[in-house]
Order: sequence, then structure tokens, then C-alpha cells
Amino acid sequence: MKSLFVAFAPGEAEHAAGFFATLGGDWAATEVPPGLVADAAAAALRSASEGFTHIAAVSSMRSKDVLARLAGLLDAAMVTDAVSINSPTSFVRPIIAGTVLATVETMAQPVVVTFRPSGFSGDSAPGQMVSLPTPPEGQAKRTAENVRGGSRPDLSQAKRIVSGGRPLKDAETFERVIGSLADRLGGAVGATRAAVDSGIAPNELQVGQTGKIVAPDLYVAAGISGSTQHMAGIKDSKCIVAINTDPDAPIFEFADFGLVADLFQAVPELASKL
Amino acid sequence: MNVLVPIKRVVDPYARVKPLPDGSGLDVGSVKFDVNPFDEIAVEEAVRMKEADPSIHVTVVSIGGAECEEQLRKALAYGADEAVLVETNDPMDSTVVATELEAVVRQLNPDLVLMGKQATDDDCNQAGQMLAAKLGWPQATFACKIEVGSGTARVVRETDTGEETLEMNLPCLVTTDLRLNEPRYIPLPGIVRARTKPLSKQPRATSAQPKTRVTRLDSPPPRPAGRKVGSVDELVAALRERGVL
Ligand SMILES: Cc1cc2nc3c(=O)[nH]c(=O)nc-3n(C[C@H](O)[C@H](O)[C@H](O)COP(=O)(O)OP(=O)(O)OC[C@H]3O[C@@H](n4cnc5c(N)ncnc54)[C@H](O)[C@@H]3O)c2cc1C
Repeated sequence: MKSLFVAFAPGEAEHAAGFFATLGGDWAATEVPPGLVADAAAAALRSASEGFTHIAAVSSMRSKDVLARLAGLLDAAMVTDAVSINSPTSFVRPIIAGTVLATVETMAQPVVVTFRPSGFSGDSAPGQMVSLPTPPEGQAKRTAENVRGGSRPDLSQAKRIVSGGRPLKDAETFERVIGSLADRLGGAVGATRAAVDSGIAPNELQVGQTGKIVAPDLYVAAGISGSTQHMAGIKDSKCIVAINTDPDAPIFEFADFGLVADLFQAVPELASKL
Repeated sequence: MNVLVPIKRVVDPYARVKPLPDGSGLDVGSVKFDVNPFDEIAVEEAVRMKEADPSIHVTVVSIGGAECEEQLRKALAYGADEAVLVETNDPMDSTVVATELEAVVRQLNPDLVLMGKQATDDDCNQAGQMLAAKLGWPQATFACKIEVGSGTARVVRETDTGEETLEMNLPCLVTTDLRLNEPRYIPLPGIVRARTKPLSKQPRATSAQPKTRVTRLDSPPPRPAGRKVGSVDELVAALRERGVL
């Protein structure tokens, strides 16, 4: 058994250690440069993957874009969003917005896996670095790009997250209320689909079944009802705080600490008392 | 121009479903089924293209049992021109779906395949990319804006950090994300009227076997019960005590 780790972003390799320590066997690592479109990246990875039983990457939109295409090229078995490993041919992954855990058996090789790092611990190191063969020219051409960065920690790795929902009204209010508390905590900002759809927050901040999956030590949900789809993204948070005016909001079923209050008062007050 | 939209029948995304006590399957009981929401966005987008350019022909396809006819009829009610059901009760994973869809693409020769980025039941996010790979077509996943010109497509797609624009020649494959559009409401009479639109059934074209199979389903461990606090001061004290501040 010999695995290949595909890094799509700096710092991902440290999350690979736990996954491969759990999977067992030797592993090598390769890196996909940021600019490559999926068709070119998958073509290059296809040659790099030769001889490997498992090809794995940290779950992200980019890794799903590229690795599922790679799996198609390799006729591989694929497991998306693995959260634990029973054996090299048996993985556990959440389905139906995280309301069910499925045990998935792979029946072909190679196995292509994307995994959520928070599910794995342990130490291991890559035995070798594999350089990516020169990719072909992409069939798709990137003609414009809008990368929103900023000084806040990356949402998927953050230890503390403050998220806001529909009642935040507009982008300016969201930034003023949610952003200030996040900065006070040295944390990242997140949002619900409702907030993103209505232009209150940018799309890359969406947390949930179909957005980012997070697992911080502290998750503060302000003005968030607690839909199954949103909860799918925050279940592994160590401590969830809910601030909501509706005492019957479903979020209170999941929150470690719930405060029935108007977020426009409670959130600034909380920020001022830290 | 021909647009092909593959759709999947899934359990109602707003229903709460549980595994059967022995873990052998889902307890779907009286839960309703619907078109996968991301596929609905794909159907809506294809129909909008057709409304802007009536020469565009929209075909929807589903792979599964006879019951999938219900979801195909709904897609026809949206405004798709015709529907194809690849009728089978075989076990499938994304690799089988992609292989069967590849055969449908070779049969119908669409210029554009538009499909959901993931199904809300298995949450795999695989079939579109696998199909694009098999066809050797360019792909744009997670689309939030699509413009099709003569022989080309320009797609704005959501990324982990923002958006980017991809330009591709047709034929190509695009998967849809939430911000692409808001599907129209389909009233029941619309679905009934759609009964006159063509829906053909055909058997599977390949003997592809699944490469993964689900062996067990479990409920995730419940979160330990929390408590309500009465004020911000109490909240701060509780967080200090928990050691998260
Ligand atoms: C296919 C699909 C995929 C989806 N994927 C996601 C996803 O990835 N992530 C996601 O988040 N959602 C997702 N959703 C949407 C999800 O179903 C919910 O609609 C969404 O999460 C609701 O967002 P919300 O909590 O902000 O809004 P609402 O449900 O409207 O809740 C707003 C809450 O704010 C409270 N409130 C109002 N005013 C105040 C105030 N002044 N102070 C305090 N509280 C207040 C209300 O009591 C309410 O509980 C998806 C849905 C579908 C169909």
C-alpha cells in the first residue's frame, strides 16, 4: 500500500499527517500549483498517480473539482469527505447533510479520497516528494479571478468563528456586528446560505452542507435558526454559542450555551466584555 | 443548441431521515421525494436559456427506477422539451452514473451538460467531474453565472476564496451552485400538463459495476445537551469556565 497526498494549499501537509497515520502504509506528497484549471491539473495528476493505491487530499471546493475528475480519468473508486477510516478499503463519511454516517467500502483500486482533517490525529511524514509532471494546456481558460483574502484566519482552520444569518440586513451591518466580535476573538467570520444569497456575506463564507465544514473550539451563531444544512457544517465544533431572539429556534438544541437575546445588543455587548 | 440536464430523485432535503435500527438502510417511511435541489437549479438555468433562445432544445435524463418518472415530469413542467429515463434498479455509485451518462451523451450529442454540483442525499460531488473526464470535455464546477455564446461558454464559478471566470469551447460540462438562480415555483397543474410532453424509457447501455458500496448507516453521536444562559455576563462566565476564551 502506497499513498499520494495532493496538496492544493500551503499548510495542508500538516493535516495529512493524521490521515495517513490512520490509513497506514507509506505516503508521498505532491503539490498542485494555484493557477491550474481542473482539466489540466487532473491530467498532470493522472501520470503522477501511477503506482499509488490511494490518492488523497483535504476536502475543499478545489480538491473536489480536481480529484473527482482524476477519479474519472483513473476509473477509480472515490470517497468524498471521509471522517474516519476502518481499513484501507472502508471509510466513514457523512451523508444527507450530516444527519447520517455511512460506512463506504471501496471495491476497486486506486481509491481517491477527500477527507476532513478534524477527524484524524496521529503523526506521520511523507517518504518522498513527487513533482507534478508538466500539465497540458488547460481546455478551460481562466480569464478573471476575484480572491478575497484579508487579515482574518482561514475559516476552515480557524479556532474561533463568529457567524451571522439572515437578520444581519446588509454587508455593512454584517461586517460591523459580526466582524467586530470575530476580531475581538481573533477569529474568522462565517455566514448562512440565507445571508450569502441575500448579499449580506460573500459566498466563500457560507458554512454548511454545501459550503465550508468547520470545527473550531468556539462557534458563535448569531441570528441563525439552525437548519439541518447549516448544522451539517458546524457539528464538530467544540463549543457552540447561539444568540437568537426566538427561544424555540432549533439552534438551541445543538448549542452548548444559548442566549435568547437580540443580536444587535448582545453581540456588541459580548465584544465589549472580552 | 442542445442542453442535457441529468437529474436525481432524492429524499426531500427538508425532511429528517434516520437510519433503520439495524443500519441496513434508511428509514424513509412516509418521507417525500423531490428533484435534487442543485439539479433543479440546472433545469431552471437550461429553461431560461431556452426562453432567451427558443432554438435551444432541453433534454432531462434520470437513471433509476420507474418512480423517477415523477421527477422527470416536474423537470418537464419547468419547461424542458423531453425526458429520458434510463430505467434500472441496479446498485449505483457515481462511477456507474457517470458511465451511463457518458452513453446518453454519445447518443444525444448535447453541446452542454448542465448538472447539480452534488446530490443532497449522498453529498458526493463526483458525478459531473467524472463524466467530464470520461468525455474529455472541459468542466466548470460550482457555477454562479453562465453565458453561452456561439461555440463557447463563459462561466463564473465560486471558489474556496471568491470567484473566478472560466472560458471554454463547447461541448462542455457545468455543475451548478446555489447562487446561479432561484428556481421558479412549479404549481401542480403544471406538472399535470407536462404529461403530454415526450418521456422515453430505455435500459442501461453499459454493464458498469459500482466501485464503492455503502455497507452500514448510523446516526451520528448526539451532542451533549447544552443550557441557556440569562445574560451576556453569564455567557462570558460560562465560556471562561469552559476554557474557550
Ligand atoms: C440544497 C440546499 C443546500 C443548503 N446549503 C446550506 C449551507 O451550506 N449552509 C447554510 O447555512 N444553509 C444552507 N441551506 C439553507 C438552509 O436550509 C436555511 O435556509 C439557512 O441555513 C437559514 O439561514 P438563517 O439561519 O440565516 O436564516 P433563518 O432560517 O431565516 O433564521 C434566522 C434566525 O434569526 C433569528 N433572528 C431574527 N432577528 C434576530 C435578532 N435581531 N437577533 C437574534 N436573532 C434574530 C430568527 O429567530 C431565526 O431563528 C441549504 C438549503 C438547501 C435547499
